[in-house]
Amino acid sequence: MFRNKSGEFSWVDFTIDVLRVLIVLAVVVGAWNTLSSGRISLAQWVNLLAAGLSQGSIYALIALGYTLVYGILLMINFAHGEVFMAGAFTTFFFAEALNRTGFLNEQPLLAILLMILFAGLVSMTVAVLVERIAYRPLRGSPRLVPLITAIGASFFLQYAFRGLYGSSFKAYPQVRALQGAVQIGDISIPVAQIFVFCSALVLMIGLHWLVERTRIGKAMRAVSENKEVARLMGIDIDWVILFTFGVGGFLAGSAGVINGLFRPQGVNFYMGFIPGIKAFTAAVLGGIGNIPGAMLGGLFLGVIEAIGPNLVLAGLGIPGANQLKDVIAFTMLVLVLIFRPQGILGERLSETKA
Amino acid sequence: MIRTGLISLILALMLGWAAPVGAHSACEDPLGCVELGADDPIVIGAMLVVSGANSALGLDAQGGVELAIEARGGMLLEREIEMVVEDSLCSAEGGQAAAQRLAADPSIIGIIGTSCSSAAQGALPIVNAAGMLMIAPSNTSPSLTNEDTASGGVYLPGYFRTSPNDLIRSAKAAEYAIKVLGVASLATVHDGDTYTEGATRVMAERFAELGGDVVFSGAVNKGDTDMTAILTEIAASGPDIVYFPLFEPESNFFGAQMATTPGLEDAVMMTAAASFVESFPENTGDAAIGIYMSGPLVGGDAYEAFLTTWLDEFGESPPSGYHAHAYDAANILLDAIEASAVASDDGDLTIGRSALRDAVHAVEDYPGLTGALTCYDESPYAGDCGSVTAMAIFHITEAEVYDGNWPPPAVWNFATDSFEDA
Amino acid sequence: MNILASEASRRVLRLGLLSGSFILFAGVIGMIAAFHEREVVNDFISLGQALLLATPFVTSYVATTRMTEAGEDPRVALAGGLAIGLLSALPTVILLLFNSDEYRYLLDASLKLIPFVAASYLAWKSHAQGNEMRQAAATWLISALLIGIVTFGFALIFEVKGDLRGVLVHVDRDWVEVVTFDHRNELWTGIGFLLAASAGAGLAGVIMRIMPDIPRRALLYGLGVTLLVGAFGETVRLILQENLDRDTLREIFRRDTLRQNSAAVLFIVSTAAGFLWAMFGGRAQSQFAALDNSSRHKIRNLGMLVFAALLLALPWLIGRTLSDVAVTIGIFVLMGLGLNIAIGLAGLLDLGYVTNYAVGAYILAVLTSIGPLGLFKGSFTFWMVIPIALLAAMCAGFLFAVPVLRMRGDYLAIATLGFGEIIGKLALSDWLKPLIGGAQGVQNIPKPFLFATELKNPEQLYYIVLVASLVTLFVSIRLNNSRTGRQWMAIREDEDVATAMGIDTARAKLLAFTLSAATGGVAGAIFAAKVGTVFPNSFTVFISINVLSLIIVGGIASNPGIVLGAVVLIGMPELLREFSEFRFLMYGALLILMMINRPQGLIPSKLVMHEVQAGVKTKVSTGD
Repeated sequence: MFRNKSGEFSWVDFTIDVLRVLIVLAVVVGAWNTLSSGRISLAQWVNLLAAGLSQGSIYALIALGYTLVYGILLMINFAHGEVFMAGAFTTFFFAEALNRTGFLNEQPLLAILLMILFAGLVSMTVAVLVERIAYRPLRGSPRLVPLITAIGASFFLQYAFRGLYGSSFKAYPQVRALQGAVQIGDISIPVAQIFVFCSALVLMIGLHWLVERTRIGKAMRAVSENKEVARLMGIDIDWVILFTFGVGGFLAGSAGVINGLFRPQGVNFYMGFIPGIKAFTAAVLGGIGNIPGAMLGGLFLGVIEAIGPNLVLAGLGIPGANQLKDVIAFTMLVLVLIFRPQGILGERLSETKA
Repeated sequence: MIRTGLISLILALMLGWAAPVGAHSACEDPLGCVELGADDPIVIGAMLVVSGANSALGLDAQGGVELAIEARGGMLLEREIEMVVEDSLCSAEGGQAAAQRLAADPSIIGIIGTSCSSAAQGALPIVNAAGMLMIAPSNTSPSLTNEDTASGGVYLPGYFRTSPNDLIRSAKAAEYAIKVLGVASLATVHDGDTYTEGATRVMAERFAELGGDVVFSGAVNKGDTDMTAILTEIAASGPDIVYFPLFEPESNFFGAQMATTPGLEDAVMMTAAASFVESFPENTGDAAIGIYMSGPLVGGDAYEAFLTTWLDEFGESPPSGYHAHAYDAANILLDAIEASAVASDDGDLTIGRSALRDAVHAVEDYPGLTGALTCYDESPYAGDCGSVTAMAIFHITEAEVYDGNWPPPAVWNFATDSFEDA
Repeated sequence: MNILASEASRRVLRLGLLSGSFILFAGVIGMIAAFHEREVVNDFISLGQALLLATPFVTSYVATTRMTEAGEDPRVALAGGLAIGLLSALPTVILLLFNSDEYRYLLDASLKLIPFVAASYLAWKSHAQGNEMRQAAATWLISALLIGIVTFGFALIFEVKGDLRGVLVHVDRDWVEVVTFDHRNELWTGIGFLLAASAGAGLAGVIMRIMPDIPRRALLYGLGVTLLVGAFGETVRLILQENLDRDTLREIFRRDTLRQNSAAVLFIVSTAAGFLWAMFGGRAQSQFAALDNSSRHKIRNLGMLVFAALLLALPWLIGRTLSDVAVTIGIFVLMGLGLNIAIGLAGLLDLGYVTNYAVGAYILAVLTSIGPLGLFKGSFTFWMVIPIALLAAMCAGFLFAVPVLRMRGDYLAIATLGFGEIIGKLALSDWLKPLIGGAQGVQNIPKPFLFATELKNPEQLYYIVLVASLVTLFVSIRLNNSRTGRQWMAIREDEDVATAMGIDTARAKLLAFTLSAATGGVAGAIFAAKVGTVFPNSFTVFISINVLSLIIVGGIASNPGIVLGAVVLIGMPELLREFSEFRFLMYGALLILMMINRPQGLIPSKLVMHEVQAGVKTKVSTGD
């Protein structure tokens, strides 16, 4: 401890170690206080966990888009949150129409499937357009340049959609099939949360299959390993990149619908920004560029946000603990990165990649 | 050569600077006048948040002002009315930048805005120094109408608002909760906004004064969608009533999720004017039934007509809860301009800036959409025009959630009902 | 068939549809109707109409340029211009029809037809590429299904809503009125007007392009200047009102719009100026080039002197409002130069720069406020607190740097982004409310005093920012050429190699973070004094994003670039204020366009340019 590779005393390591100990201590003390006070029952903890997992699976679906693009282009697609918004916002109108015709409650499963496809395709179109217009001309320029373009695209998309659909808040219709809760003993878990978790799982399995088992998936992996070799092997790199953006967009759009059915309110042009940043955080947390990492990172972040404030901050006697849940989330992020600088599942990257 | 260049530059500068500005004036107003030539329009400014996360608030107010102008056929004193909208964001520096712009335009007579209390604090010193006036449709922070710096007051002459002061409104909500609903313990939730934080604080203070027990005060963040964590914490404190004066969409999320939180089934839900919008019950869904809201007693037929025009004009319902306050603010300003304008023989018009302020101060029992408005001039209510009596507690029923009925029935009218009867 | 297949006609088709989609988009998001409210020239042309006409004009101008380069006949070019004009109006015409009660059924029909047509096209293309019939059939089925879900979905939405406006809120009367040139009730007349105007503008673009060089340049210059002055009327008026008396100003402007006479004069004068420049500009340039070194130096020095004088006199030239903008720009120049130490010199991607800004602002607020939260009730002055703010920000920079020293690249970015969020949330929190006011912020911060003069106007505050920026500029130029600067560059290029060369990377990185934080603190303190109140919502991730963007847009590691970047990126939204709710839309679009056209930045640093090119080469060869 406190010594670097060459064995000398390193006060940087020392400080980091002190920091680790302090954070862990705070977490332990806070958690001990909360748990020993018994204010929150076991059933409530389980509820928090379930809510965190559902929220986390939505983060995970969006995070996959970041990670896919990063894996191939080493670029942070800052506009990805807006791709999510595009699908969610547009599909609101579709969901409303399906609800008015009564189809949504007669055939909920089919209607939801249609909505997911609709949103996925809308988001995919947006993602592909952004890639084609804003990112493709910048291949090969310094890494920070596409980041700025992405920030520009993010602004542009937000205000374009505000112009299209207006600025008032909308809410998805309620689906009767998703109301209510499953009762196990004295623990009750809302059906909607189970639905969110399961559908996210299905989508992720689908993605895994796509990447691991199909020809285009193989091409995607080849391009992310080495573009030049992939090109020599006859892979159309532009098409693969476009396809990757499309897949990321599709997942973001379907996340939009799942989110809309789970948390129906708050549909407006700005709804993508915060989930976008959270999902980006989740992707890094899990190890950016790594697909299972993005899923794990998303779930981890969701759970931390749900449990952290009540478990740690409230236990330390901090007022307005819930207000500081982002502080908990980001502190955990920094903590994880201190222990594993490459994220939970990330590989040790060389300088060219990191 | 260099010297010649410099000298000519300096000469040019001096020439430009020394030019007299508006020398021929018949104005005797201590704060100066707006002088309008024969074909000049009546120009009013607006500092509202029209971009970013809070833009619903600003666009809502902008629509209200536009409808007020339109209701007069776009004309006042036989001149066109023009509105200049500056984006004041929802921050002090945004308010300052917007106010600088408007203050630099000598033809602007008065200003509607700002949307946020923080922006007003940035804007007010500039508006004041320029001799202008601003009528805010949605500031509720008590500090804005308080003159006493030592207690955090920032009031300066020229400030008015049609939105109610938190000191009064939230306190009344507390009185209603204790005296009529008969609850004993309170939980409050704000979202870090200047307004909501102030509202919950005043509510909690008054509630405790009246003998109630404040068991929880916490906060969510703007942009949160999952409220499970804070609701669990609230459930653990077991309050009788939860007061969450949040804006949409956080109020929707909070209301909807509170209804399904174990342990909070019997708690009374109460929210406030920030969510007093037609879309609130619809967006919140079933859970909204039974929520109490404190809000302006928006007058029946006039308000109905207003909403119809709105839908016709903008294609969607008002995006936030202060359009009626903005409508009233614009009308007060336009009336004051009409009252203080002096026409000369050659068709010019002179409006004294302090005369205009006086005209607004003189407003008494103005029949607005938000009730009878009277502008006070004593700190801590200096510049407060927001109706103190025309407010009510509303109770949301199925009709608002499913049939688009709006506004909900008022269960307590502060103008007519008194607590002695309860 | 022959004509359709030619290169020229494909280009015309593509450009025409592009311009048409743009006009449609601008209309659907409400831009055209909103811009119609603003007049460019009083009672003559509105900004909305200008947009409607300028688009086909510019498009056919560009198309003609390409065609004349390809040696096409002018008659072909004219036909192309006409086609571009008509195509530009086409999408809008279609939407007008869809929007009318009479022809609404067309919308439904076409939405339901699109998937089959598109799928057939794709299948045909797949077959033409030599794929088997079975594969083509599969293509048809899948694409028809996928496209069908979207278009049938939209058809259902519009059917349930009953009209377009239920979804697209800006497809309203105002829009119809503008695009039909006030013929809302006679649909076909309106469409005729739109087509004619658009075609005319397209033709005008061609004629303009095939004109002889000198009058063309002169006219373009005249048109451009008049349009710009008209479109940015408010800004121009703000500058003019400093230097003209009110009645003269009134002769020129009716409020913020050019009067017809003044527009005509402006057009004639600027065209004449353009004419003179087109005639003699080349000669002046060659004369300058022909001068010997010492006289060129003299002229350059003179230029520098004039520039310095301009910088000093700026507040009086541009007036209070624009001085306010200049102060804001200055605050961002300070932050840009600071962050550049981390990003540009040491290659550390810091997305949490707002931390330092917040620390500076809150330190000043708490130490000097005369309100209830002020610790010393005014016994601390601005000048005493500036060094404290600087040190506090450096401490914060140091503390936040320690845990992230081992992280690289994007991991560092997200960790620092997290720090920014943490600081923002803490500033807002109920927890720290007794100290820094929580959501209510800190009020009543006095303005700085200089020898008993209160520096309360932006014109005065400008000089504080100017001095601070110059000092920072000086320091950062010195740093750039120092030993530490070279160590940073080594780390930026390759951290492992730098370590191997014996550089104490941890120390060098800490130093970079700490020094980089310093100016952020000063900027925050000046900001707090300028605004007079501090609210937590001023310290969002957007500050960090803005500072990063201005560095990249200006040119990474290039000091003049950063200054220009700040002027452009911070000044632009202020100029675009005239477009109110569309300003961030345009800001986003400009950010994209600027990066695509100048990825190396506005004023690239020479050193980095070399490295970037070398980097691209190595990237290609190793394929990263």
